[in-house]
Amino acid sequence: MGELRLMKGNEAIAEGFIRAGVDAYYGYPITPQSEVMEYLMLEQPEKKTGMVVLQAESELAAINMVYGAACTGKKAVTSSSSPGISLMQEGFSYIAGSEVPAVVLNVARGGPGLGDIQPAQSDYFQSVKGGGHGDYRQIVLAPSSVQEMYDFVSIAFDLAYKYRIMVLILSDGAIGQMMEKVVLGDQIPRMTNQEIKDKYDSWAITGRTPGREHNVITSLDLDQENLERHNHHLQAKYREIVEKEVVFEEYAIEDAEYLMIAYGTSARICHKAVQLGREKGIKVGLFRPITLWPFPDKRIKELSNQVKGILSVEMSAGQMIEDIMLAVESKIKVEHFGRYGGVVHSPEEVVIALETKIIGG
Amino acid sequence: MAELRIEDIIKPENIVFKKTKLFTDKPLSYCPGCGHGVVHRLVLEVIEEMGIEAETIGIAPVGCSVLAYEFMNIDMVQAPHGRAPALATGIKRIHTEKFVFTYQGDGDLAAIGTAETIHACNRGENIAIIFINNGIYGMTGGQMAPTTLPGMQSSTSPYGRDVETMGHPMKITELVSNLPGTRFVARHAVHTPALVRKTKKAIRKAFENQKENKGLSFVEVVSNCNSGWKMSPVESNKWLAENMLPFYELGTLKDE
Ligand SMILES: Cc1ncc(C[n+]2csc(CCOP(=O)(O)OP(=O)(O)O)c2C)c(N)n1
Ligand code: SF4
Repeated sequence: MGELRLMKGNEAIAEGFIRAGVDAYYGYPITPQSEVMEYLMLEQPEKKTGMVVLQAESELAAINMVYGAACTGKKAVTSSSSPGISLMQEGFSYIAGSEVPAVVLNVARGGPGLGDIQPAQSDYFQSVKGGGHGDYRQIVLAPSSVQEMYDFVSIAFDLAYKYRIMVLILSDGAIGQMMEKVVLGDQIPRMTNQEIKDKYDSWAITGRTPGREHNVITSLDLDQENLERHNHHLQAKYREIVEKEVVFEEYAIEDAEYLMIAYGTSARICHKAVQLGREKGIKVGLFRPITLWPFPDKRIKELSNQVKGILSVEMSAGQMIEDIMLAVESKIKVEHFGRYGGVVHSPEEVVIALETKIIGG
Repeated sequence: MAELRIEDIIKPENIVFKKTKLFTDKPLSYCPGCGHGVVHRLVLEVIEEMGIEAETIGIAPVGCSVLAYEFMNIDMVQAPHGRAPALATGIKRIHTEKFVFTYQGDGDLAAIGTAETIHACNRGENIAIIFINNGIYGMTGGQMAPTTLPGMQSSTSPYGRDVETMGHPMKITELVSNLPGTRFVARHAVHTPALVRKTKKAIRKAFENQKENKGLSFVEVVSNCNSGWKMSPVESNKWLAENMLPFYELGTLKDE
């Protein structure tokens, strides 16, 4: 049995970084996620596991420090909030192009621009469609509890190494700041240099082992035919991920006539909204995508044969709804509801939206 | 007449110059006469002589030397424009026993990457930065660089750099020498054999310092860009000596 603690989401994920055997955290302060680095600096994991924690001069530097460390096969991570994540997009694109494993946390806040420091889900497009340049994808995991903030660290690193891809944990200011009980697992030891050599010597730049060719990590290929081939390879990898790695959760779906689709904080609110709706006699269920990319479109398509209408609930002006509509192929009514700019909708508002936009509409 | 065989001519006792072992067999992509090739060679000779090729990780920039990893037979990564010192930091912090160096041009290091440069220097990262100052953006076709001299023509300062509107050439080497994190800061050149030898010594020191955990070593090499300057290699070396060196004075700025 693990260790039970009461923690903020930001603290739980920071503890998750340590216990997942992460080698390096490089970050830059920004609300509402500064507790991640503050926690790590206080805990001094370098004394426990040898994990490096360094405050960088910017998010640009932080993501490039992660990129460098990741190129050597080490587990590297950074965290930020929306404006800082925007600054990192160059790095995300390089990480995708050169295929190194890395994990990034976004504790999203209201935008655009400097926006505010309240929770928001308006970084969905940037996260799942790619905010950087080029044809690339990153796996996006959406935790909706403090426990998941902790649990998703190991899952993210497993996926990152399995596919040599960047995994973005897309959370928001509510989950980062709220306190909940969390069960912590055992310390996973950091990989030794020998383990890294044994496992990743085919690509990691650890120093040219005698007898092998030099390893090079680059996203550059000036021969367009070669670069197209490389892109084909990336797309094949992305298709495999779409095939194998979709994760979601369903609640009160068996007899549902209406469906709410929501992730993260909105999913928690919708959980309550489903209960309120059912008290009113509305047969409504909740579908929660846990991987935002790959998006659970197959399952949503199946469910669209069962329900009469879908309410996409997101703390945004309506971003995820585009992916839902693609999945549903216009067969049933799909509407968006959400407060945004840092405002969080209430379960009551969600039920009213369901009644007016989907059932009555 | 008997056939002439290469082995008969190139006997060990006749060899006065040979390809550095750590060069790959790829033909260099640099313009003939460009200083980049010389500095590549010096870096590789130092790594070879120190016997540290299995422990060295290099970081290539964006610029003419973006393909340095094609020529250097060591493990390398290609960094986004200006970010090499951040990658080097990320690597060195968890590979304290490794030798880590960046190889960067002036646009990469002193314009788009100024923040990464200054802060890696200020933190005293235990790495070597090899900085090629050719006063221009070579790769993109000869635009003005932060190091372009006053009055010097480039494709984006076609009437000469007007310091009133375009800013002054930046002596970033002097700047970083003032930061407590740097231990060894020097400016050299490679357009004469004597200067090549001095540059090599400085690069060697930059690598040796890492072994002793001394902090950041920064070696600037004032170099030519004959293509960007629109000169022959010989003319460009002459121009470098007459124009670049009075402004970018050679020597050791700091050695602690
Ligand atoms: C983010 C970004 N901006 C601009 C460029 C285009 N670019 C490529 S090389 C270069 C200038 C490099 O000049 P310098 O660092 O002086 O190196 P040199 O080519 O002279 O060796 C620029 C602006 C780029 N690749 N990436
Ligand atoms: S463009 Fe200039 S810096 Fe680039 S290879 Fe040619 S001479 Fe050298």
